[in-house]
Amino acid sequence: MPEVLSAPLVVEFPFTRSLGPVQSAFLTGLRERTVLGVKTAGGGVLVPPVEYDPVTAEELRELVEVAPTGTVTTWAWNPSPRRYQPLRTPFAWVLVRLDGADTALLHALDAPGPDAVRTGLRVRVRWAAERTGAITDIACFEPYDSEDSGPAAPHDGRFADPVTGIVAPARLDYTYSPGRAPTDYINALAGRRTVGERCPSCRKVYVPPRGACPTCGIATAERVEVGPRGTVTTFCIVNIKARNLDIEVPYVYAHIALDGADLALHGRIGGIPYDQVRMGLRVEPVWTEGGRYPDHYRPTGEPDADYDAYKELI
Amino acid sequence: MPGTPGKPGARDIAVVAFAQSPHRRRTDELSEVEMLMPVLHEVLGRTGLRTSDIGFTCSGSSDYLAGRAFSFTMALDGVGAWPPISESHVEMDGAWALYEAWVKLLTGEADTALVYAYGKSSPGELRDVLTRQLDPYYVAPLWPDSVSLAALQARALIDAGDADEPALAAVAARSRAAAEANPYAQLTGSVPAGDYLVQPLRAGDCPPIGDGAAAVILAAGDTARRLCERPAWICGMDHRIEAHSLGVRDLTDSPSARLAAERAGAFERPVDTAELHAPFTSQEIVLRKALRLGDDVDVNPSGGALAANPVMAAGLIRIGEAAARIHRGASSRALAHATSGPCLQQNLVAVLEGES
Repeated sequence: MPEVLSAPLVVEFPFTRSLGPVQSAFLTGLRERTVLGVKTAGGGVLVPPVEYDPVTAEELRELVEVAPTGTVTTWAWNPSPRRYQPLRTPFAWVLVRLDGADTALLHALDAPGPDAVRTGLRVRVRWAAERTGAITDIACFEPYDSEDSGPAAPHDGRFADPVTGIVAPARLDYTYSPGRAPTDYINALAGRRTVGERCPSCRKVYVPPRGACPTCGIATAERVEVGPRGTVTTFCIVNIKARNLDIEVPYVYAHIALDGADLALHGRIGGIPYDQVRMGLRVEPVWTEGGRYPDHYRPTGEPDADYDAYKELI
Repeated sequence: MPGTPGKPGARDIAVVAFAQSPHRRRTDELSEVEMLMPVLHEVLGRTGLRTSDIGFTCSGSSDYLAGRAFSFTMALDGVGAWPPISESHVEMDGAWALYEAWVKLLTGEADTALVYAYGKSSPGELRDVLTRQLDPYYVAPLWPDSVSLAALQARALIDAGDADEPALAAVAARSRAAAEANPYAQLTGSVPAGDYLVQPLRAGDCPPIGDGAAAVILAAGDTARRLCERPAWICGMDHRIEAHSLGVRDLTDSPSARLAAERAGAFERPVDTAELHAPFTSQEIVLRKALRLGDDVDVNPSGGALAANPVMAAGLIRIGEAAARIHRGASSRALAHATSGPCLQQNLVAVLEGES
């Protein structure tokens, strides 16, 4: 069996999120080096603040200011920081209860080693040099020997130019392997051949093959070469130019049943005016130099296929 | 029938078959559907049912593991969804898919259900992938990985005097020794504790990363009796969740697991077996306390998630393993538990019984 293909796959997204009144005040506060909490009906102070009480689900809006100093409630020493974590050197993850707060905030603690960290350690915020209104405006915590600075002070939560949203970028790196059947398909395409797989039960030929018959739910293994010619079973006329796609509109995108296949593939139809494409049109693939799959399909000049010949494949 | 299955007037529903794949670090040669299909065939084969006989199909998986949108639709090819079937999917561990199927059967809309779950962790960096389930405003931008969050919980447990590092190591040793009898397990036998991944958790305190799949068939009443010699009747099942923020929770306890167990009827009579979804050694200690499991309870005779932790299937496997023990007559009343989210945020408990 030839080696299964694999390739890097990067999933990257910059989620744009809007903030409610409480999160907006908190993150704007961080930009201004002010840590805010929110007061619950029971008189407790939640830091980081949320808009609804996690116990009673009551709406919370009363902001208070807490100290940038606090106490470690639990910690974990991270000897090998991962790509996007707050510090490049080994550090401790900590939950810190800031002075004036009743709950703890998760962040990183810069310390020389695990021996320098303990539950109960006094710490303070180290602010990031550039602050934008994000949790990363706290660069990290650092050890700080001081007494508890007491209860939270009132704060109206108002700032000039409040942050109303954040962009949360995320990137995950994968190595994608499509498995055996798609590997066979892609390798065959490199030789300008199209292969499918036949279901041992219903005898249908699936292309591209995925190793399973979706009708019977069993493995497919018998490889079958299909095409190169095929029949347009249905189509649409595309009038919107896609970004990064160098194709003049309007153009036709079609389902094409390759000869010998029991499932239609899709592809672009070229070599014929868009308004002359029709169901039953006989087409063949056109490969460009170095192309890894057909660039488009063009009419073969054969008479159109009978409707009965492809009606099951629409 | 055992004791008091379900609520008064409810239907009797049982797990009648269970199958799982061998769990491996990587399965590059297999697509997800190729990994899943043998498991589906095996579980159907156990009952003699075909896809067309199944009343409801429900699955659990995650696009973030696959790195692709709607990845579960590809796996559906392994079910045989033509003519059209009644189907649903949860973006969660398959234990929650099983919960949905159980509810569907309770309503009387179906007599049988196929539940399956799968996950391939090998294509991505699981510790990073799991950060994407965290609060996107305050937590996810810091990328605290799953091991780090579990380590915070382990430290809290040690500080509280509920455990120490040798106690954690003992959990790992017992789990992996038990897994020697489990041909599907990824990690078995004597495994060195290893270095700290994130202190206080060593490599031995953490689950292996791997690929795997599992499937279960549920059936109601006489159908269950016909399909299985000794059905594992679901006496109760419940799932509960805690606040998302770790800083508002007592990490040494699991009130949601306890409440789910109470609502599932777990405390009405003792259980002899508990399959706990505790990917980290420290979490088993939290769960044993929350679920009031004494030393007389056989905990994770399969080896548990420390021996194989295919994300999205590991919880369903706990229910399957507990049921299989009842099928074999090795247990008469078992508790099965599944978890999701950081530091045991969400917990599901099912209580299963065999007829005497």
